[in-house]
Amino acid sequence: MTSIVKPRIAHPSLPKNELGMTRRQYEGAMSTLCAGCGHDSVTAALVEACWGLSLRPEQLVKLSGIGCSSKTTAYFVGGAHGFNGVHGRMPSVATGANAANRELVYVGVSGDGDSLSIGLGQLAHAIRRNVNMLYIIENNGVYGLTKGQFSASADVGTKSKKGDANTQTPVDPVLLALTLGATFVARSFSGDKRQLVPLIQAGMRHQGFAIIDVLSPCVTFNDHEGSTKSYAFTREHYHPAVEADFVPRAAEIAVDYAEGASTVVDLHDGSRVRLRKLDPDYDPSDRAAAYAYIERRLRDGEYVTGLIHVGDGAASELHAVNQTSTTPLNRLPYEALSPGPEALGRLMARFR
Amino acid sequence: MPAAQPTQERLNDFVIKFANVNGTGSASANTLVMKAIFRSGVPVVGKNYFPSNIQGLPTWYEIRVCADGHQARAGRVDLMLAMNIETYARDVREVAPGGYLVYDSTWPRSSLLERHDIQVLGVPLARLCNENFDGVRNRILMKNICYAGVLAALIDIDLGLVRALVTEQYAKKPKLADANLKAIELGYAYAKEHLPCPLPLRIERLDRTAGQVLIDGNTAAALGCVYAGATVGAWYPITPSTSLMDAFRGFCERYRVEPATGERRYVVLQAEDELAAIGIVIGASWNGARAFTPTSGPGISLMNEFIGLAYYAEVPCVIFDVQRVGPSTGMPTRTQQCDLLLCAYASHGDTRHVLLFPADPGECFTMAATAFDLAERLQTPVFVLSDLDIGMNDWMVPELRWDAGYQPDRGKVLGAAEVEKLEKFHRYLDRDGDGIPYRTLPGVSPKAAYFTRGSGHNQYGAYTEDSAEYQQVLDRLKRKFATAATLVPRAVLTGPGTREAGIISLGSCDGPIREALGRLAADGLELDYLRVRGFPFGAEVEAFVAAHRTILVIEQNRDAQLKSLLTLETSVDKQRLHSILHYDGLPLTADFVVAGVRSVLAGKARRSAAAAV
Repeated sequence: MTSIVKPRIAHPSLPKNELGMTRRQYEGAMSTLCAGCGHDSVTAALVEACWGLSLRPEQLVKLSGIGCSSKTTAYFVGGAHGFNGVHGRMPSVATGANAANRELVYVGVSGDGDSLSIGLGQLAHAIRRNVNMLYIIENNGVYGLTKGQFSASADVGTKSKKGDANTQTPVDPVLLALTLGATFVARSFSGDKRQLVPLIQAGMRHQGFAIIDVLSPCVTFNDHEGSTKSYAFTREHYHPAVEADFVPRAAEIAVDYAEGASTVVDLHDGSRVRLRKLDPDYDPSDRAAAYAYIERRLRDGEYVTGLIHVGDGAASELHAVNQTSTTPLNRLPYEALSPGPEALGRLMARFR
Repeated sequence: MPAAQPTQERLNDFVIKFANVNGTGSASANTLVMKAIFRSGVPVVGKNYFPSNIQGLPTWYEIRVCADGHQARAGRVDLMLAMNIETYARDVREVAPGGYLVYDSTWPRSSLLERHDIQVLGVPLARLCNENFDGVRNRILMKNICYAGVLAALIDIDLGLVRALVTEQYAKKPKLADANLKAIELGYAYAKEHLPCPLPLRIERLDRTAGQVLIDGNTAAALGCVYAGATVGAWYPITPSTSLMDAFRGFCERYRVEPATGERRYVVLQAEDELAAIGIVIGASWNGARAFTPTSGPGISLMNEFIGLAYYAEVPCVIFDVQRVGPSTGMPTRTQQCDLLLCAYASHGDTRHVLLFPADPGECFTMAATAFDLAERLQTPVFVLSDLDIGMNDWMVPELRWDAGYQPDRGKVLGAAEVEKLEKFHRYLDRDGDGIPYRTLPGVSPKAAYFTRGSGHNQYGAYTEDSAEYQQVLDRLKRKFATAATLVPRAVLTGPGTREAGIISLGSCDGPIREALGRLAADGLELDYLRVRGFPFGAEVEAFVAAHRTILVIEQNRDAQLKSLLTLETSVDKQRLHSILHYDGLPLTADFVVAGVRSVLAGKARRSAAAAV
């Protein structure tokens, strides 16, 4: 991941957020991904989402593994710490970082190889632990950096650039997350920024593990005819079921709640997500029903997108379960951690 | 009453071995006996030889009573408590001539197992317990406690001490205390009436355990982590390291929970595997918490990729490797020092790591804190290489003490104000010439932000594929390692300063070596002894190898790993290094050391005589 510094000249009339910052101030290094890569659209959505939330850059922690997708963390919010770890192991680093400081906003960006092959175990256990983070999978069904091998999300029958058909059943991250009890499960498409930005914002504000599977076509190795993760195929089989509007806490009063068609979900920090169901049969609050619906539509070759499932993640969140000190562990003074010499003296009686 | 053989009196100097079936509660009985001897003021060492199993397999516990305070396994048994029919034949064979064997005489014993050079004492333990207790499980448990009473009578332990221990142990369960006391009295009374009490092997009160405690290394290391201010622990269960995290959690529950709110000032995470455990430690340490993982050899193997990342991205982490017998699964419940090379050079590419070698539980405690200080000072992984013998056995060590003035060394961490003063923050710049750069924590300020990566980076923290920039960072890491050599705990040097022959060793070899040195000195052979306590080796190690013509390297592995490290990392001529290797999975003994030293020196003498001809 090359770090080419972008020129920082901004037009004075660029809109500013509550912190007085422009979108440009939420950008990172210049992307070195292929022109037209879906991942760069995700980067743009992340910039937009963070700007829109008026997030202080240093409040964000960006984590990734290895692969094209994992480069993304270098390309947004240069004022945040980033950690590009080892292949498939971002969830454990994120878990540890979160354990040390529960106050920051953790965003992990991974890919289908990083998350569903080498990192499947770590992803599953981060969901089980309900680590408070947003986990984005930039899903293109293919290994880019090693030039075009199928990943674990490749559909049966999808063709590689060389013409081979995939024979193994895919791992679907949405079904996986639903099975493991994730309380915020979404799917989107890198080409649909209008849908993706509010999902990212809601995912960042959700208390607990939030996962967004973003179909993000690989222009170089998986955008040909016969691929089920190409731009053309995705646009054609893309089925928005639930649209989510993110409603920041401050803007609450201004929102016009349309009766009947929308459901409002309160998020932990006082902000809200307004869900508009485009499919009347769909209930995003019912995990089992959501699972059945997604699976059925997948069988029909349709990618259901939107906020697929949302539930209460706060009670089972890692720190809630652990009853961790509200002051982040990394800020506790030594005096609050050492029992002191006298306590040790008393303890020694046990060993005589 | 059988006719007593005329055995020489062995006051406060003998070995008791308990042959048990695991899962029968024998551990409490054995600990009870050991603690009672300890409270008699007589130094003891306990060694547990247990199977990789939960119930039904043979297990042995050995107590060495040693007025001189030697810490090694004796390699001899004077009094065998043969409670396991399955191992009876070998247990009988193991008793030293003139020794004693106590068995459960409820059932007849095969005459084929007679030995005429030892005295066999029968106690109908099962019958006594069947007559006095209800329930199968209870009878089995009480049978073991009952033999503690028999032993108290045989070796003349003050019964009051035993009673006090039982009462303390079951303070919250008075019914259990009563049952245990009853079983002890039964055994004691039977022995007094039917056996030649006391035996010539007996305890006489001394005052040599004042200021000492009986503690295992894992418990001590866990306490060290608490006192060092560690807040995040992550691990995957693996013998023999698991009890370290169990102890850490226990101490945290005691000392780190806010009584009013129940808030905990720690997080303990049981990871899905060792890869995740070290990942969690790296993430937490990167984010400014003191974090650690206890594991054993197989866990280190799994952690290798991440360890390389922590080395290259310069993230502090503390790893306890409680070594066990390898390779592969090996013998998980036996001891060895077999991970030296694995840890010293863990991971791919050019990597070298800081290692600490505690010799006993006391050093497990102090070195745990040292490990965190060094990891944060040097921004690198630090390994504490303990082993099963230290980690899981009870050793007698001076009471653990904590310096009230201790403040953790958090290393070169810049806060928001300090970063603000800089024109620009550069993560990997060597501003001080010691090879150690400055770091910042997430959440501080946008100006402090940097991108951590395992891929090639330059001194400013930016990605690079530029040869010169890459090499600059790699060379600085080497300078940092040289700095580490000045910061790790100094080696301990003893001996007359002969310049002729000297021993180099480490860790749990220390007890047997010091005992052996005493015996050799009594025979007129005085040797220098250097116990290394850290890696990279300090200047004192270089000086020692330069100053001695013959160097005996004593360690517990087959492939002479410490010798390899000395060969690779000092300027010693390897012809001068001679290995004494012990690797059967049992702790080293002084006998083995004495024999090894004599053999090497005799061989050298033969060779030089031959050369002279």
